[in-house]
Order: sequence, then C-alpha cells, then structure tokens
Amino acid sequence: MALLDIENLHAKIDGEHGKEILKGLSLKVNPGEVHAIMGPNGSGKSTLSYILAGKEDYEVTDGTVTLEGEDLLEMEIDERAAKGVFLAFQYPVEVPGVATMTFLRAALNAQRKKRGEAEISTPDFLRLVREKAGHLGINQDMLKRGVNVGFSGGEKKRAEILQMAVLEPKLCVLDETDSGLDIDALKVVSEGVNALRSPDRAMIVITHYQRLLNHIVPDFVHVMNQGRIVRSGGKELALELEANGYAEYQQDAA
Amino acid sequence: MPAVQETVDQVRSLDVDQYKYGFFTEIETDKAPKGLTEDTVRFISAKKNEPEWMLEWRLEAFRRWQTMREPDWARVSYPPIDYQDLYYYSAPKRPSQLSIDDIDPEILATYEKLGIPLRERDALLGIESGATKVAVDAVFDSVSVATTFKEELARAGVIFMPISEAVREHPELVRKYLGSVVPVTDNYFATLNSAVFSDGSFVYVPKGVRCPMELSTYFRINERNTGQFERTLIIADEGAYVSYLEGCTAPMRDENQLHAAVVELVALDDAEIKYSTVQNWYPGDKDGKGGIYNFVTKRGDCRGDRSKISWTQVETGSAITWKYPSCILRGDDSQGEFYSIAISNGRQQVDSGTKMIHLGKNTSSRIISKGIAAGYSDNTYRGLVSAHRKATGARNFTNCDSLLIGDKCGAHTVPYIESKNSSAQFEHEATTSKISDDQLFYCRQRGLDPEEATALIVNGFVKDVLQQLPMEFAVEAQKLIAVSLEGSVG
Ligand SMILES: Nc1ncnc2c1ncn2[C@@H]1O[C@H](COP(=O)(O)OP(=O)(O)O)[C@@H](O)[C@H]1O
Ligand SMILES: [Mg+2]
Repeated sequence: MALLDIENLHAKIDGEHGKEILKGLSLKVNPGEVHAIMGPNGSGKSTLSYILAGKEDYEVTDGTVTLEGEDLLEMEIDERAAKGVFLAFQYPVEVPGVATMTFLRAALNAQRKKRGEAEISTPDFLRLVREKAGHLGINQDMLKRGVNVGFSGGEKKRAEILQMAVLEPKLCVLDETDSGLDIDALKVVSEGVNALRSPDRAMIVITHYQRLLNHIVPDFVHVMNQGRIVRSGGKELALELEANGYAEYQQDAA
Repeated sequence: MPAVQETVDQVRSLDVDQYKYGFFTEIETDKAPKGLTEDTVRFISAKKNEPEWMLEWRLEAFRRWQTMREPDWARVSYPPIDYQDLYYYSAPKRPSQLSIDDIDPEILATYEKLGIPLRERDALLGIESGATKVAVDAVFDSVSVATTFKEELARAGVIFMPISEAVREHPELVRKYLGSVVPVTDNYFATLNSAVFSDGSFVYVPKGVRCPMELSTYFRINERNTGQFERTLIIADEGAYVSYLEGCTAPMRDENQLHAAVVELVALDDAEIKYSTVQNWYPGDKDGKGGIYNFVTKRGDCRGDRSKISWTQVETGSAITWKYPSCILRGDDSQGEFYSIAISNGRQQVDSGTKMIHLGKNTSSRIISKGIAAGYSDNTYRGLVSAHRKATGARNFTNCDSLLIGDKCGAHTVPYIESKNSSAQFEHEATTSKISDDQLFYCRQRGLDPEEATALIVNGFVKDVLQQLPMEFAVEAQKLIAVSLEGSVG
C-alpha cells in the first residue's frame, strides 16, 4: 500500500466564487521515496502542501487522498500531524513569547498523547533536542527565543528542519525550503534533511529551482503546471528543466 | 516546560464543568438578618467583639455611604444592585480560629479540594516535596477560619492574623493605618466596605525584617446572597520585605454575588511589598447568568523614601471586574509596579488598570498590562499616570497590549496622563492584536488541538507578566488561563 495516494484531486479556494487551483492531480508516494515537485510560480505547489496539511482556506471538490489507506481529507489538522504528516513551511509563522524549546515539547507531547503514547521525560527530551539541534547548528540561545521571532531567513528554515527531526514524521512535505538560503545554509539544511531519509519515511520536496536537488537527490521528479502534474521522471528530469526552463510546459498548458 | 503540558491536561480534564471550584459546602451558618441598616453594622461589630472606636468608625462610614451614589463611569453594565436584598454577614457556626481541630471538617474538606493546606502538617509535607513554604489565612464567607504558621512568623516578629483579631490585639497599629491609604470616603464601594467589612488579613512586618515565608490569603464565598467585604491591611516597616499572595473562588450560582474588598498597603522607608493576586471568582455561565461582581479598591502607599510596592494580578474570573490597584509614590525615590493579565471570555466584563500617582522626587513606575478578550466579552484597560508639581524626575513606562480571540469581543485602552512637572518622563506603548489563523494553523500542523494552540499562544502573550509571579502561582495562573479560555475557539 502506498503511504500517500492522491487520486484526481480537484480543489478550489474556499468560498462561492473561489477559483479552482488543483485540477485533477494524482500522485502515489511509497515509504522511503523522495519525490520532487517542480513547477513555475502559481502552478499550485503550495496549495497542494496546504491541502495535505488540512488548511481550511481550500475546498476539495473532487478526488481522494489517503494516508496508509485512511481518508486523509476527513482528518483534523492536528490529527494528520499525529499520524505523521509534517509540513515545513515556506514562510514559518512567529509565535511570540513561546520559546522554541517549549513549543517543540508541547507539539511532541500533543502528538504522542494523540497516539496513545506516554509523554517524553524531561531528560530524554533535552537529549533529543540537543543532539538534533547540534547537527543543524542551532544553539541554546535560539532554542530559548520565541518561535521564529527575530530569526533570519536561514534560521527559520533550520528551525523547521529541527522540528521535523524531533517530531519524526512519516511524510515530510518541504515547501520551498531552499528559498532565501545562501549556499552554506542550503548545505546545512540539506544535510539535515538527508539525515532524516529512511526506509519508512517519505518526502515531497517542493522547489522552483534545481539547485536544491543537487543536495537532496530525489527518486522521482514531477513537473506541475496549472494544477496538474504534467510530466514525471527520474532525477535527470530536474537537470533537463534547468537547461530548458518551464516554457515548454507552460505552452503545452496554454 | 511542564507547565504547558499541565495547561493542556487541565483543559482536557475540564471538558464538561469548566469552573471546577463551583461546588457548594453544606455547613451550618450564623447570619445577620438580610439588608443593611445601622443595626447590621452594629451586629457585625458585636459579633467581632469590637472596641467602641471601631464601631464608631464603621458607623461613620455607613452614614457617609448613605449619601453616596454608585459610580457609573466604568465600561461595564449590570442591573441595579438591591443592597437591601443581601446578607452582610455569614459565618460558619463552629467557633473559628481556636485550633485546627475546631474547624468544621466540611470546611477543611473544602479547602483541601481547593488545594489549600490549612493544617501546618500538610503544608510541611508540601515543603518536603519541594514546594515553597507559604503561610495561609483562609477566609470563608465573612470570617477567617485558619491561619497557619502563626508561631513561626511570630518568632520573626511578623504579625499575620485575621484583621478582626488585630483590631483587638493590636489596636494601636490598626488605628494608625486603617483607612490611611483608602480613606473611608474614598469611593462608594470602599465606603460600603468600611461600614460592613467582616474579615480579612492583617500583616505587620517590623523594621528590618524580611518575612521568612510567602504570606497568602485564600478567599472563598460560599453562602447564597451573601456579599463578601474583606479588608486587608499590610504594613512593611522601615527596611522590611514581604511577599503576599491572594487567591479566590466561589460556588457556581445563578444569581450574582457582590464582592467589595479593600486592600491597603503601607511601605515605609526602604521597605518593599510584593502583592500578587490570582482572581478566579465564578465568572457566570456562557450566557452571562450568575457570577461575582468584583468591585475592589486596592491601593498601596509608598510612604517612605526608597520604598517599593509591586502589584501583580491574574484576573480570570468574575462576571464584572472593577479594579485598579494603585500606587501613591509619596517617598522620594520610591517605585511602583503593576503587572496584569486580565482575561475575559463568555459575557464577562473587565474594567481594570492602575493609577500611579507620583508625588515624591525621582519616583518611578512601571505598568505592564496584558488584556485578553474572547467570546462576547469586553476588556478595558483604564490607567492614570500623574506627576505632582514637586515630583521632579518622575518616570513612568507603560506597556499595554490587548489580544482578541474571535470577532465578537472588544478591547479598549483608556490611558490618562497628567503632568504638572515638566521634568517628568512618561512613555506609553500600546498594541492590539488578534490570534491569527496562520498562527493557529501552524501550531495545529505541529499536533496541538485548537484549545492547546490557543493556550500556548496566549501563554506566550502574557509571558512578561507570568515571570513576575512566584513560581507556584505562575503554574497555577497558566492552568487558569487555559481553563478560562475554554470554548473560545472553533
Ligand atoms: N488562499 C488563497 N487565496 C487566493 N488565491 C490563492 C490562495 N492560495 C493560492 N492562491 C492562488 O492559487 C494559485 C496557486 O498558488 P500556489 O499554490 O501558491 O502556487 P505555487 O506554490 O506553485 O507558486 C496562484 O494563482 C495563487 O495566487
Ligand atoms: Mg509556493
């Protein structure tokens, strides 16, 4: 059984005259696989990630999405998270006054509780965070600051990957994790992501640029345009896109 | 941080009955006849075995009160209160304050349910398990039922006892200070309190003494249709220090109950008083039925040079809150602080804030107020900062933030500034924000349910004030915040 199975997904902006953004998208993701989704701006990549996470601004009008065979679209946002769906945000949100450490712990324990697991002990939690933070170059000071408050672009993205590492999701959706990163930060973040690759974890890496895929090498590459996947292939497809751009797909669609 | 987890647990466990202190204790009581006349005042005074001067003081207040009108300037509305339809005195039948074993077991059980140890032995067990030592005075309806650690405090020279006892045992101190900060004629509710106050706590910390433990009073309204009018008087003599905590709860009732307290603080030269409140009176049900009317006058007088008074309050309960803990900065170089979290949900109405009256030279004050409005509630911050002609070098910093949850509630900020001295420096900052859908979505994507997410965001918003509270109180306050916001999202 696929970990994630999206069939003919149609979705529009919620509301009476909301425009249709996803127009029949299908995608199967198995455990252990890394799928890259590329495509021009406005093609619906972020919308797809939000719909997987359950954001309420969209309405699914047709199609199905299952996670390990269960209807994902029926689940609450936090229930999806507890089942292992993690979204690394393109624009991480600030939560002033809540230390990153406090936030991580509240999130981890909320998920564990929903899964019927015991709360993590304080020493275990501290050990876990210290280890993961170390690899990502995140110091104690950053962990004490409010979630994403006053973080630079690179710090925000590293903090997202730290959350992902601590929460150990089954399905990681990374939305433009490379945007706003210089080459050194890109390396640190990519190494953090690669460290999380495992046979029971799948990833969907959304990016506009091929550059990220030199560091996080995908098993599959999909090209998205106007709310559909218009072409799929192996990692070499990314190189082709870099050479030729998206023009050919945009014409196809027009 | 474990407190967040506790917050979460608390919310979970209170699914049905969100006000967990809403039980009623069956005990026999001794009441004054309903209504308020000179005879009621005499009745109360006689019950307390008061000396003649105290009765005269009360009667003068009562006569004055009859000529006064209830204030209507606050941004709160409620049906007229029938002052003749209330009881002004209600006491448990068994004698109180003799020994812990004389206390009605039902009352002991009530305080146990509330988590307040009245037996010193129990409190000591608390210490062994790591908690700080806190001396408690428990006021049940109109009387104080137990004061713990009295002897240990006495060894340090600290007087901590029900005010009714202090009137008899330390008349010179009471006469000197009672009404010296909040005059009998101050305002309608304070004058009413002066006439009929039944009990409350009295604290005197002598020169140079640092009070060896936190002092705490726990107020409980139990009887139906009974007003609670407690009176607290705290004096820190030269160079003394005391930290005092106040907590309150009441049963759930359909009718409104009146609470009109007066708290007076006096700090002499180099003395410091830290006064913290977690107010959790019953707020009424979701449609606004029942709940406590909390009309309270709290004022501190920094009477001595270099003295300091600090108010910290967490206001989550009451149907109506009308409360402005204030500081009179009389001594040169004296300091006043006000840290406040005021949460309103359902149909609650809060009009609260502070006054910092700068009279002395180089006096400074600091105000940090966090108002949180949810449901259909209204939340107003009302503040006054003033500098007298002689208050050269006066400084104030005010930061006043409001957070709205949902779009049916209101937050208002009414700051007044008066300066008669050109060297005074007053700074004022204010913000109003909403919990954004993006914040909620982000937290929920990480696994928090809507209520957990809201509690976490709100705890972040009030962090600066929580940090001012003694540790145990901060944890308690965090739990309360989560509970009082229940049902505010979704
Ligand atoms: N909440 C929204 N409200 C209105 N339009 C939206 C919303 N979300 C996305 N869109 C529109 O949907 C289209 C796809 O956007 P998006 O999913 O962000 O694309 P991508 O991530 O591929 O750049 C764009 O035209 C965008 O303007
Ligand atoms: Mg996007």
